[in-house]
Amino acid sequence: MAGLRPEDWLKATERGLWCAPADLYIDPVRAVERAVVTHGHADHARPGNGRVLATPETLAIMQARYGDAAARQAQPLAYGETLDLGGVTVRLVPAGHVLGSAQVVLEHGGQRIVVSGDYKRRRDPTCPAFEPVACDVFVTEATFALPVFRHPDDAGEIASLLASVALFPERAHLVGAYGLGKAQRTIRLIREAGWDRPLYLHGALQALCDLYEAHGIDLGPLEPAAGRDRAAFAGEIVLAPPGSLSDRWSRRLPDPVTAMASGWMRVRQRAKQRGVELPLIISDHADWDELTATLEEVGAPEVWVTHGREEALVHWAARRGIRARALSLIGREDEDE
Amino acid sequence: MKAFAALLDRLVYTPSRNAKLRLLADYFRRTPDPDRGWALAALTGSLNFPNAKAGAIRELAREQTDEVLFALSYDYVGDLAETTALLWQTQGDAEPPGLADVVETLRQAGRTEVRGLVAGWLDGLDATGRWALLKLITGGLRIGVSARLARVALGQAFDTAVEEIEEIWHAVDPPYGALFAWLADGAGKPDVAGRPTFRPFMLAHPLEERADLDPADWLVEWKWDGIRVQLAARGGERRLYSRTGDDISGAFPDVLAAMDFDGVLDGELLVRDPASPDSSDPGSADPASFNALQQRLNRKTVSKKMLAAHPAYVVAYDILFDGAADLRVLTLEDRRGRLEAFVARHDHPDIELSALLDAPDWESVAALQAEARRLGREGLMLKRRDSLYEPGRKTGLWFKWKRDPLTADAVLMYAQRGHGRRSSFYSDYTFGVWRGGELVPVGKAYFGFTDAELAQLDKWVRNHTVNRFGPVREVEKRLVFEVAFDSIHTSPRHKSGLAMRFPRIARIRWDKPAAEADRIEALEAMV
Repeated sequence: MAGLRPEDWLKATERGLWCAPADLYIDPVRAVERAVVTHGHADHARPGNGRVLATPETLAIMQARYGDAAARQAQPLAYGETLDLGGVTVRLVPAGHVLGSAQVVLEHGGQRIVVSGDYKRRRDPTCPAFEPVACDVFVTEATFALPVFRHPDDAGEIASLLASVALFPERAHLVGAYGLGKAQRTIRLIREAGWDRPLYLHGALQALCDLYEAHGIDLGPLEPAAGRDRAAFAGEIVLAPPGSLSDRWSRRLPDPVTAMASGWMRVRQRAKQRGVELPLIISDHADWDELTATLEEVGAPEVWVTHGREEALVHWAARRGIRARALSLIGREDEDE
Repeated sequence: MKAFAALLDRLVYTPSRNAKLRLLADYFRRTPDPDRGWALAALTGSLNFPNAKAGAIRELAREQTDEVLFALSYDYVGDLAETTALLWQTQGDAEPPGLADVVETLRQAGRTEVRGLVAGWLDGLDATGRWALLKLITGGLRIGVSARLARVALGQAFDTAVEEIEEIWHAVDPPYGALFAWLADGAGKPDVAGRPTFRPFMLAHPLEERADLDPADWLVEWKWDGIRVQLAARGGERRLYSRTGDDISGAFPDVLAAMDFDGVLDGELLVRDPASPDSSDPGSADPASFNALQQRLNRKTVSKKMLAAHPAYVVAYDILFDGAADLRVLTLEDRRGRLEAFVARHDHPDIELSALLDAPDWESVAALQAEARRLGREGLMLKRRDSLYEPGRKTGLWFKWKRDPLTADAVLMYAQRGHGRRSSFYSDYTFGVWRGGELVPVGKAYFGFTDAELAQLDKWVRNHTVNRFGPVREVEKRLVFEVAFDSIHTSPRHKSGLAMRFPRIARIRWDKPAAEADRIEALEAMV
């Protein structure tokens, strides 16, 4: 297929990235007939699609979130398995973002494009590590694509949480963590730091914690926060979705120290705007060094940037002779990651 | 440096005063000398590195990355020290510097050495450490800790009354070896005899129940509408202190020039209005408004123009020391005699005596209080004749009876989430009055209501929201507050052209239609 260009068979459309010969949308923002979903976060996995291709873990997450609306027909594709769709070979490879998260490796006409979805490169005890795949075009996120974002070691962040619990034993520590991935990873990290007391959960976190447990990730003793006496929370750690941190829900806790586990906590003004008293810089997205190292590692001569701080990453890539452009996909936001 | 950085980092995010005190006290107890002394100096604004300039930091930052990435980063973060701390690419395995090492080295360093030194230190620190280092050396920590709060924490850390620390504060110097030896290690209290140190003020309670007071037991004077100050002159040194014990001498050379005496006075700092018709006779002219005085506050130095436009003077209330003699053990009546003699002997036009008011019975006291607003006084002071000068707010000795507040009916326009304990409540209210058919904001208040009322207001805000802007909600314009405030001034910075002093919610007028709230003309008439 001489003269075939990558953008001839993978196009940015208003429904999302579309692989034409396979008639396959990747993380479509509107319902389509055939989709491949990289991971279970709501801005990537939406309900109402026809046939949905994803890892078994991602399908389980979608099922837990959307029930019957998750897909008309779910098609599990485990990491490493391949599938041929209209002359396109599709393979899912771990992305290291959350449980079940995958990069989509597409091969067609002798070309290979990797759509990495959201990813990170550092260790995560709740999911397999990102696997770099050499390719002709690498499609990357850019959530933290500024050189000011260099996430610190997460054990140090957990240590500062536990030090604060020791300093304020009469207060509860309320940790805001996104319900899929961040909450479970934070819980695992707290366990690794030796905290074996029960952790208390906002009701919205329970189902996904159960799901992680069912996939063999031991989260230790978890208790619902509901229906408990205020005073009983003194000295305890409670987890809730970020949106509940400073809402009425938190009034059940005794003068809580509000913490939040997020890569955004790196920038003081962002943390202060949210009224966070104890920022924990724990991110499920690659930081600047991880992004640039990944671009170098996969060695793609061409890079497409989906969402985040595209300008900085495109600039960096261009200075290294990589053809880079921003896709400006709609429907992707800076999440409460 | 690591412990100091962790402390600053935590303080930045901590809204509660008590929690700040805990963090500070914990740090002072755990940290060895001289690090804790240098930290205390940094927190109280007693450190200055004239050779460390922001320009040098900017140059260092720009070397870390290319121009485009620097600009995008700075734009995103918005603070130069923070951007630099985050951008910094560590070279090699430098050891983290100690706080004392940084401070002592930097104090000696010449302008050309600073850059190299700072770069070396940045290499040894993590992002939080780098941020703290850059904040420290460029001055102005801006972490919501006043010098006074740092001293209160110091008292808490070592179970010592803050007044005791304040008495010696201005006679000890960084890194405060003698201070910590006394507080932490049981050494003797540093000797401050012969130094013009700050002496904690005696304070008053608001007068609430007056029925059982006998006017014969009390001295009555005006509560002047300025700021309370202490004038300390000993051994040829002169200092002017604010109520919080901060040395504000630099901003008031005119007052310092008038302190050609040996002793310690308690008084009110005021400014004159040189344009006033009776300014030729300073003794009888009324002071300029508090608004005029504000032009002179919060400055490190003062221009000649400012000195001429708003000349400062002091009305003396009390005397603490006459020479070396500590008069605080005398009764107010005895001190008053000493004060009158002192002021007469000193005889300087810029140090006046606060007049005693003639008030033989409650009716005349009440009549004076009713006159306070018209005369531009803040209210009345009632002091027991037999009161000794005791630091702090002692029950039953001194009372302040402020002028009655002004009130206006205003309409709630915006509500904002509070901080700390109140972070789940919409507790900060912006209210406005009518200008024509439009509401213009005239103030913001976050107290004056009970917890039960706060819960009701929070619910009302949530149910009547018309717009959201981050933590702020715009609400339907239909809830009226009776707002009380001490005074109102013209202010070009506010859309309404007015700014209230000490506004608070006096009553929630659930019953009153918004259309019947006050109009701007009514407030303009109160200026």
